[in-house]
Amino acid sequence: MAAVTESVASARRAPATPPDRFRLLTAVIACAAPAALIVIVFVLFQQAWPSVTHFGLGFLVGTDWNPVTMNFGALPGIFGTVSTSLIALALALPVGVAAALVLAEQGQTTVRGLLGTGIELLAAIPSVVYGIWALYVLGPWAFEHIETPISDRLGFIGWLSSASPRSLFTASLVLAIMILPTLTAVSRDVIRAVPRGMKENAVALGATWWETTWRVILPSARAGIVGATILALGRALGETIAVTMIIGNNYQIPPSIFSPAYTLASVIANEFTEATGPLYPAALVELGLVLILVTLTLNVIALLLVRSTAARAAI
Amino acid sequence: MTRNVRRLIATRGAMGGAYVLTIVALVPLALVLVYTIGRGLPAVTNLDFFTNVERPVGVPGAGVAHAIVGTLILVGIASLAAIPVGVMGGIFLAEYGTNRLADWIRLGSDVLIGTPSIAVGLFAYALLVAPFHHFSGLSGSAALAVLMLPIVIRTTESAVRLIPGGLRESGLALGLPRWRVSLQLILPAAAPGVITGALLSVARASGETAPLLFTGFGNPFLSFDPSQPLAALPLTVYHFALLPYPSLQQQAWGAALVLVVMVLIINLASRYVLRRQIRLAGQL
Repeated sequence: MAAVTESVASARRAPATPPDRFRLLTAVIACAAPAALIVIVFVLFQQAWPSVTHFGLGFLVGTDWNPVTMNFGALPGIFGTVSTSLIALALALPVGVAAALVLAEQGQTTVRGLLGTGIELLAAIPSVVYGIWALYVLGPWAFEHIETPISDRLGFIGWLSSASPRSLFTASLVLAIMILPTLTAVSRDVIRAVPRGMKENAVALGATWWETTWRVILPSARAGIVGATILALGRALGETIAVTMIIGNNYQIPPSIFSPAYTLASVIANEFTEATGPLYPAALVELGLVLILVTLTLNVIALLLVRSTAARAAI
Repeated sequence: MTRNVRRLIATRGAMGGAYVLTIVALVPLALVLVYTIGRGLPAVTNLDFFTNVERPVGVPGAGVAHAIVGTLILVGIASLAAIPVGVMGGIFLAEYGTNRLADWIRLGSDVLIGTPSIAVGLFAYALLVAPFHHFSGLSGSAALAVLMLPIVIRTTESAVRLIPGGLRESGLALGLPRWRVSLQLILPAAAPGVITGALLSVARASGETAPLLFTGFGNPFLSFDPSQPLAALPLTVYHFALLPYPSLQQQAWGAALVLVVMVLIINLASRYVLRRQIRLAGQL
């Protein structure tokens, strides 16, 4: 009897599964992406080290960039990067959220499909094509029709004076166009993730489209839209080629938004192949390090915000 | 009554405004396409443009054959490295992706997608250019592969996820090991979606300039050797656009047109493939 129950029990015990080596293999391979990220930051740190130790924290607030005297400071670059990105965001945000609201609506799928395809193709166009277009078309146009009229009338305000076709402002315009697809696509997804019931309840209470959108949908998608905004900001901060071609490349904190300036990424793009000596390349890499650390932090925050909104929708 | 009229006007106005802004968002797309075609077409209609290489200013018959070849080699090598790795990674996330490790990998990939491409260029320079004391196509491909990898991982994951669980369960019920189910049942079923992701990453890599500036570097001659500096279409656009010679500027517009056409064709084709995939997955 005892032997019988024992054999039944052992038969019921799950058969020992062999270790899933396929799972292990794919897991190791999948780790390549986060590993690459860590290695990139580490390598940049190592390459920037001579400059980090030589200038210390003063590097971040120094305004000089002089390869002759080997004196480097990042502030004008940081200023250019941050201000172009913020202006671009301010220009793109209303357009992006409005487009996301339109694309997230139900029905009329062909019209919406076309609009959505168009906005995604906007993301597909290479940065350098935006650059050449900005250089020959958008820059001169903005100079003539936006910058000159404004600086003629309001030029007595210092930061609106001295129009120039290659400037902080024209760079911001291109950036606004380039971050629009990110902003729209992510916002559309979080708006779609708002539970249908909430919208239906509002409509059942007699709310109009606008009241539903403004008081129900947007507040409940807020965290996700903030996330989309930060993601777009990260893209804008890191954008290199188009900005390099249109910003005018003048290493200064510009007196006016219509003056030429410089961004962190543009300095690297223009000077890195010509940099000699131990300190000059290291200073350029440190600019890249500042850039990547800022964008990494922003991206992590943004992704967590977007996920929290999307996760709530699943409930 | 008046209050309701006000509400009606507000909602109509807001809806109209939202549509107008959506169309405003598409105006730049139209303008970029119109200008690239308008200014690039004169360069592209000359057959020399596709068969010859750079010539000094003033010498007729210049072309971008070397840049087209260079881009194909750079992106080809990058694809060979990034696509298999990315597909395997994506399979892991889709098939076993319910644990903390998978969450970290997803976050890492998404952050890598948003990493400034110039920083990836600096990274490839430090690892593959500085130690060998010369620029090379391989280092450029490495930079591009890093940029392609997270895109392939994430698109593969979502493509594999579209496959209904029934297919996986039938395979397992027949006693197939997990790896055969994943590679021989699920992956072929998800192939159109996976190919879409791979194509999108190829499109993105073909248009990248910043990571090639100090890796692939550019080369005025026709070269097939990836251990040496290689030309690339985006580099041609970038360098020529900033020069004060109208003939070179026209070449830049021509190269830009080739790039745009290439990227748009890849995008539209992959979109078509993906739509079919979603319809098929619905039938499974």
